[in-house]
Amino acid sequence: MNRGQQNRSQQKQNNVKNYQKISKLSRAILLLGGIALFAVIVLPIWRIELIAPQYPEGLEMHIYSYKLGGQVEIINGLNHYIGMQVLHADDFIEFTVLPYIIGVYGFFFIVVGLLARRKFVYILMGAFILFGIVSMVDFYRWLYEYGHNLDPNAPIIVPGMAYQPPLIGSKQLLNFLAFSIPDTGGWIFIGVGLLLAYCTGKEFLLHKKLKNSTT
Amino acid sequence: MNLRLNLMWIMALAVVTTSFHACRPKGAGSTVTGDAAQRTYIPPGQYDELYTFVSGGFSGQMSVYGLPSGRLFRVIPVFSVDPEKGWGFSEETKPMLETSHGFVPWDDLHHIESSFTDGMPDGKWMFANSNNTPRLARINLQTFRTDEIIEIPNTGGNHCSPFTTENSEYVIAATRFSVPPDGPGGDVPISSYKENFKGHISFVSVDKETGEFDIAFQLKTPGLNFDLSSAGKGVSNGWLFISCYNSEQAHTLLEVNASKNDKDFIMAINWKKAEEYFKAGRGTKQTNVRYAHNKWDEHTHAATSEIKTEVTVLDLADFEDLAYLIPCPKSPHGADVNPTGEYIVGSGKLAALVPVFSFEKLQKAIADKDFEGERYDGIPVVKYESALHGEVQKPGLGPLHTEFDEKGNAYTSFFVSSEVVKWNVKTLEIIDRQPTYYSVGHLMVAGGNSKKPYGKYLVAFNKITKDRFLPTGPELCHSAQLFDISGEKMELLLDFPTIGEPHYAQTIPADMLMEKSVKIYDINANNHPHKTNGEGDARVERDGNIVRVYMTAIRSHLTPDVIEGIQLGDEVHFHVTNIEQDWDMPHGFAIKGARNSELLVMPGETTTLKWVPDRTGIFPFYCTDFCSALHQEMSGYVRVSPKGSNVPLMSYTGEPRTAE
Repeated sequence: MNRGQQNRSQQKQNNVKNYQKISKLSRAILLLGGIALFAVIVLPIWRIELIAPQYPEGLEMHIYSYKLGGQVEIINGLNHYIGMQVLHADDFIEFTVLPYIIGVYGFFFIVVGLLARRKFVYILMGAFILFGIVSMVDFYRWLYEYGHNLDPNAPIIVPGMAYQPPLIGSKQLLNFLAFSIPDTGGWIFIGVGLLLAYCTGKEFLLHKKLKNSTT
Repeated sequence: MNLRLNLMWIMALAVVTTSFHACRPKGAGSTVTGDAAQRTYIPPGQYDELYTFVSGGFSGQMSVYGLPSGRLFRVIPVFSVDPEKGWGFSEETKPMLETSHGFVPWDDLHHIESSFTDGMPDGKWMFANSNNTPRLARINLQTFRTDEIIEIPNTGGNHCSPFTTENSEYVIAATRFSVPPDGPGGDVPISSYKENFKGHISFVSVDKETGEFDIAFQLKTPGLNFDLSSAGKGVSNGWLFISCYNSEQAHTLLEVNASKNDKDFIMAINWKKAEEYFKAGRGTKQTNVRYAHNKWDEHTHAATSEIKTEVTVLDLADFEDLAYLIPCPKSPHGADVNPTGEYIVGSGKLAALVPVFSFEKLQKAIADKDFEGERYDGIPVVKYESALHGEVQKPGLGPLHTEFDEKGNAYTSFFVSSEVVKWNVKTLEIIDRQPTYYSVGHLMVAGGNSKKPYGKYLVAFNKITKDRFLPTGPELCHSAQLFDISGEKMELLLDFPTIGEPHYAQTIPADMLMEKSVKIYDINANNHPHKTNGEGDARVERDGNIVRVYMTAIRSHLTPDVIEGIQLGDEVHFHVTNIEQDWDMPHGFAIKGARNSELLVMPGETTTLKWVPDRTGIFPFYCTDFCSALHQEMSGYVRVSPKGSNVPLMSYTGEPRTAE
């Protein structure tokens, strides 16, 4: 490496160091996102609606970070005909850890917002995507488990029939149309994710632009 | 630039959110035909086309509606007391509700069937069954009153009833719950179901003229639950088809344990053959039974109850050629025979298809002994495919009952998917499906169980009404929904609430009944032992502590209306004779403190209210049915004195009289 190259490299590093900080808007988004995530802990994240001719008003199950809400008892009562296991909040380890995990994420959003370092934004984005994927895989696993692990002594056994509700969207399960969709908490979570993605993209582009202008 | 980017983000988010909500599935909306009002509206003063007799389920009664208006005309008391009509409260009607268990004030009236002549409703009687304390009733279609009730022995729940043969030679009653036969041998462990529990199918003969019931014979079967049945007609006349569930012979948690077998059965019985064996004296007399036989006498205006102690039983195990089992998928409910008698539709409650059996193929299979290797408790099991005409594929969920029209179509109710499905009996193709609101049980096509259905209307009877009517607390009505089935598609015309829980119904053209409907009872034909022959005959008589008041009712007074000399400890019988001979002029009678109901006395009729006063004083009585301009004046007083009082027994109306 010759001297000129070294100098340029040095200068570039200095410039880069100056551009490690993120914009005010991004900081605000991160701080707000952190607070919003705390709210997600107590809000329903996902909902499964069941609609049948005799339930025109629909039955709803709300999935919180720490409990099941909605008409779980009625749904359990109906599920026994097809031999589906009874839904008990106690059976889900997720309900014990999920509030803390979301809390930790909220905390990191605020920390990153305060430190305002671009690299941390990238890491946060990665961690957030990872969390989203793991959660959905886990959710799918539970839906599969409940839909397929049926009591062989159930009164109604339709050969080849499974009752796995869709991860998202709707699906006909015998007389019930199951409709699965994020609930308030879920939408906030998605919104926070999109805003984080926006920040990440914005910081990435800004940084690239500055980097290009200095070289 | 930044602003535009931000706006784009917000827009994108909004689109995602709304599109998710847009794909939210729609509930079953109401679909009513545009001119439904016109097609169901019967202007004031005009008559409906049809009478529909609807079972009252757990109300124990039968109601009479008009179609297509859905207007309720009358609730006929059958198995439950009805204080409005004095049914089970007046001395004359009390014997109608007697059973071998004593007086039973309530039952669960499940099904209704017309009396038939040559496979068509003949407008004479309606038959009804009580599910809890097993009985059959016969309702007179001239008086719209219950004329007869007979108890069914050896039976545990008379659900599979009262289905009649093509000429109402017999009304069939079969046990829903197999039980050990009546008698002292019944005290067995419940877990010994398989050895000790038996089914019984009763053939109750109906006198062609009087309609009087007689339990001709019973068929003893393996322990099974008999659900519903249809007698053959036309080509299959002489046969009977009964759906059987619990072929597992479970005795506990039937919900699970009686739902295990892939197929249960439809039992095909050659009842003509059974009748031959019975007439040839091949049955056994069982003499340890006790069952009540209650009859109403239109001339004495009173019922009598008699306990019978004998029934003839033919054990299916002793005969080779009486019964055959046809495998039928998953706990069959309805077993319905089409108008020609050739096809038998089995509706497995939990089955994913509807099998249709052919009578011709069944006969061939029986002739060829095309049976499964193993018999079921001694009864040959015909191979499923050998008797099968075909299967209706993907019909809906939870098939229950099927009725037919005159054009070769069948209409099946689906409880779980809450719909009525129309399909062609021959081709088994589905033609139309319409939602019901909600969870339809029985359905009825006008004349749909006869040889020539009248077509035009179908009524679906729904178990759940939820949001269909104004809410009335937790207890909501069941409903009927009227469809026009004259076209290719079924058209929903009307919703109307019903009494109790309607299980089945029968429809008869109005002109068949309205001419014969009784208007009054002839006072001269009144043979009531305590009839009052005109006001001059009105009096009070004492016989020990029994006091009989011979009272007349006519607009607008009761005679006598002053009664004295009643003492504490007396049992007072008010024998009220309505001496009117004018249409629609009933009089009522009620007295203060009666631990009983009112009386409602039709013109020419005598009815008795028993009253035991519990204190001294003056007790007013009055006419309860607003009969005339001076109805409010139609009243009187009874004076009750202490026991041993010297107040003389006396009565009068108008001018005071001295002691009688």
